[in-house]
Amino acid sequence: MVADRTWDRPALESILAHALSLVGDGEAEALFTARDAALTRFANSRIHQNVAERDATLRMRVVRDGRTGVATTNRLDDEGLTEVVARASATAAMAAPNPNGAPLADPLIALSDPQLGFVPATARADPDLRAAGARAVIAAGDAANLESSGAFSTETGTLAVANSRGMWNAHTVTQAKLLTVMMGENGASGYAQAFGSDVRALDASALGDEAAEKAIRSREAIDLEPGEYPVVLEEYAVATILEYLSWMGFSALAVEEGRSFMELGEQIMGPNVTIWDDGLDASGLPSAIDFEGVPKQRVDLITGGVARAVVHDTATAARAGIASTGHGLPAPNAFGPIAWNLFMAPGSSAKEVMTSGIERGVWVTRFHYVNIVHPRRGVLTGMTKDGTFLIEDGRITRPIRNLRFTQSIPEAFSTIEAIGSETRLVAAEYSGINARVPALRIGRFNFTGATAAEAGA
Amino acid sequence: MQELIDLALDAAQRRGAGYADIRIVERSTESLTVKNGDLAQAGSDRSAGFGVRVLVDGSWGFAGSSQLEADEVERVTRDAIAIATASGLAMREPIVLDDSPPVTASYATPFAEDPFAVPLDEKLAILFDADATMGRTRGVTVRSGSMEAAHERKTFASSEGARIEQELMEVGAGIEATAARENDVQRRSFPQSAGGQHVTGGFETVRAMGLADNAQRIAEEAVALLDAPQCPSGEMTVIIDSPQLALQVHESCGHPIELDRVLGMEASFAGTSFLTLDKLDELQYGSELVNIDADATVPGGLGTFGYDDEGIVAQKVPIVAAGRFVGYLTSRETAPIIGRRSMGSSRASGWNVIPLIRMTNVNLRPGEAGTLDDLISDTNDGLLLSTNHSWSIDDRRLNFQFGTEIGWRIRNGHLAEMVRNPTYTGITPRFWGSCDAICGPSEWVLWGLPNCGKGEPMQTHRVGHGAAPARFRGVQVGVGQW
Repeated sequence: MVADRTWDRPALESILAHALSLVGDGEAEALFTARDAALTRFANSRIHQNVAERDATLRMRVVRDGRTGVATTNRLDDEGLTEVVARASATAAMAAPNPNGAPLADPLIALSDPQLGFVPATARADPDLRAAGARAVIAAGDAANLESSGAFSTETGTLAVANSRGMWNAHTVTQAKLLTVMMGENGASGYAQAFGSDVRALDASALGDEAAEKAIRSREAIDLEPGEYPVVLEEYAVATILEYLSWMGFSALAVEEGRSFMELGEQIMGPNVTIWDDGLDASGLPSAIDFEGVPKQRVDLITGGVARAVVHDTATAARAGIASTGHGLPAPNAFGPIAWNLFMAPGSSAKEVMTSGIERGVWVTRFHYVNIVHPRRGVLTGMTKDGTFLIEDGRITRPIRNLRFTQSIPEAFSTIEAIGSETRLVAAEYSGINARVPALRIGRFNFTGATAAEAGA
Repeated sequence: MQELIDLALDAAQRRGAGYADIRIVERSTESLTVKNGDLAQAGSDRSAGFGVRVLVDGSWGFAGSSQLEADEVERVTRDAIAIATASGLAMREPIVLDDSPPVTASYATPFAEDPFAVPLDEKLAILFDADATMGRTRGVTVRSGSMEAAHERKTFASSEGARIEQELMEVGAGIEATAARENDVQRRSFPQSAGGQHVTGGFETVRAMGLADNAQRIAEEAVALLDAPQCPSGEMTVIIDSPQLALQVHESCGHPIELDRVLGMEASFAGTSFLTLDKLDELQYGSELVNIDADATVPGGLGTFGYDDEGIVAQKVPIVAAGRFVGYLTSRETAPIIGRRSMGSSRASGWNVIPLIRMTNVNLRPGEAGTLDDLISDTNDGLLLSTNHSWSIDDRRLNFQFGTEIGWRIRNGHLAEMVRNPTYTGITPRFWGSCDAICGPSEWVLWGLPNCGKGEPMQTHRVGHGAAPARFRGVQVGVGQW
């Protein structure tokens, strides 16, 4: 059964309906996830890791008399389904009742195009295609005398949810991602990433050229004294900030628990900041439903700098007396909902002229190893990487060594002076969050440390 | 099972693999979360499958599947060969493995009490007891506790003749109290943040943790932090407690000694390392008090096992000796590059991914500074920093910044006022070079970190770090403004 490459509705129904029929008394939810994924990884300008995996998992949630048990299995034959239902039921029988437990979602039909986010060419991608992409990137690095590293991944993912209240929704999507870091002598380091549903839209040669050009320009970097500077953040860096804004504060549970920077109804950022989540926008990486089967709703998180709304799952929505926005993770969970299809409104500036008027500032290609310092105040720390440059008298003059920032993002986003007119879809480095964002010019950004030349030992 | 193993290995060699191995893994977990007096989550997961890894003309290929049946084993092996062939389209030097001899062996985690046999209500009683105790402290806004158990059965076989059976048992638990008010939120955890303490072993470890015994203390500390002064800024003497120092070892020693990072194999994701090959046996990594080992044999470590996922026996090897950098974590592919055999740290987080060089238990040996109280008494002016809150380090593992949940000023050899939002930052060799005291064996704890991420696709793995509180001079603290 698992050997099938695609999961059509009859195949999914045969599993989910059968599993639900085995539950008997009480309420139940069947959550099915399948993944057919491959990744070709290259380093030192050769392919050094090359992998594929195929897996499908059924997660059963059984609720009886307020007691909830959850069990998962990736064995999907009759015996496996019987066993997982029995295990979930046994856990429910022994569990303490929870009057505040997450309810099952009511049946709502996802009205989006079933083909949204699914591209057959991506689903069919083979190792030779990925190797060709890696070779094209490596060739661009070779031409510039740079060592190329990176990864080219393709994936088909299926999510299906059915429950005893009559819920039935499923969605299959594809994604392809190609990224590279190129490094060379005298500290050269450049980065580029392309990401989306359609593998055919990824231009490996152009990606390689982008990273190579950045690496060449970053050679022989100088030290810059940490301090507060105006910055231009490229889209990669902006997307990372949005990812962490989501982790810190775009969830209703984070607001409930007093750990979010989102003060609803208040002006928390500059009037030129508008951020939303939309799983149905084809210019992102679509996801039509969440892990409770609830259809995705667009949520306007920050509009004109005012915190307008946060995302909900069924549990937070029930407490708030509203409907879930379709941002639930597998329920029940203690983490709460998450916004993972983020967008930031573009402005009118060409990225190339964003340095204009900056007397002394910093150009940041991307951030590395960002983490949350204080969620309530939206404070993050992290390093710049793969192309950090000094801006002097309105133009980029020199590469500089990597800097550490420690910065309240709501404060920084209150000093945005220019927003790029173009946006770019960027995949998060460590999570499934993706964001389509413009470049930003920010008036004040606090760099608190540096990896200076002598630190390199 | 033997038939399927033979099927995969024979098919791989018949199709041109110079080397092949197969891992068959079944992992079962149970997890419980209690939050604000309710059972927030009770679950059990099972995942089983196999992965076939082949080396064809010096290039790797790997494929895995959850369906352990003959037809699927054949398909997966074919896929692995095709993938390896594609790898050859962008190859430089062919990959050569070390000459470690194949072994036939078995291993099982020793434990006293099977966590899966402990009744659910007994486990919940421990969490509810701690939760109720935290709930009695006014001002606590969120309280939670969690408990996990995992059992993993895995078989490794290679075309060289290795055949290894292992059964690993893991347990973990922890509690957390949060207090929020206006523009601030503060958290305290016990015994460690990010889900608590985790070990290989049985439920006896959870029973001995004393979650309820420490619940009131951390609840009161979380509330008190809201009124505590901000951590001062400047260069100070700091004493870092054992759980935070474990993460310091992890980030600033454990990752940069991974030889695959050093060789550039992780450059596009986690980064590289400042511990380049020319530093081996040459660099003074820390003060002469600093001794660090990678030890996959120490009982109870989350990185303790019998054999790694290339069939290499678990070992204890020196990494830093009297402050000098002397060893890497290696695999069969990378060890020959430095003229050594693998020291057995190639680990896969599941059946569906390849083994990578991962930490085992990277431990800072205890010193001779006595107890934590002794060390505080010996410190005239400084800060005691406790329990990790945030972490970040650059791509070469040099520039780090940590936040801890709580800190206290030390004045004239005594703990003084509590401080909130403590942070410290530094450059790895300078920081370890400033270490002038490490507490003794009575303060040494082997901590388990269940959430170490590495590789693409990212693998989240389980590693260990032993540490006793230690003192560092001239550390930059109180970073940033908010």
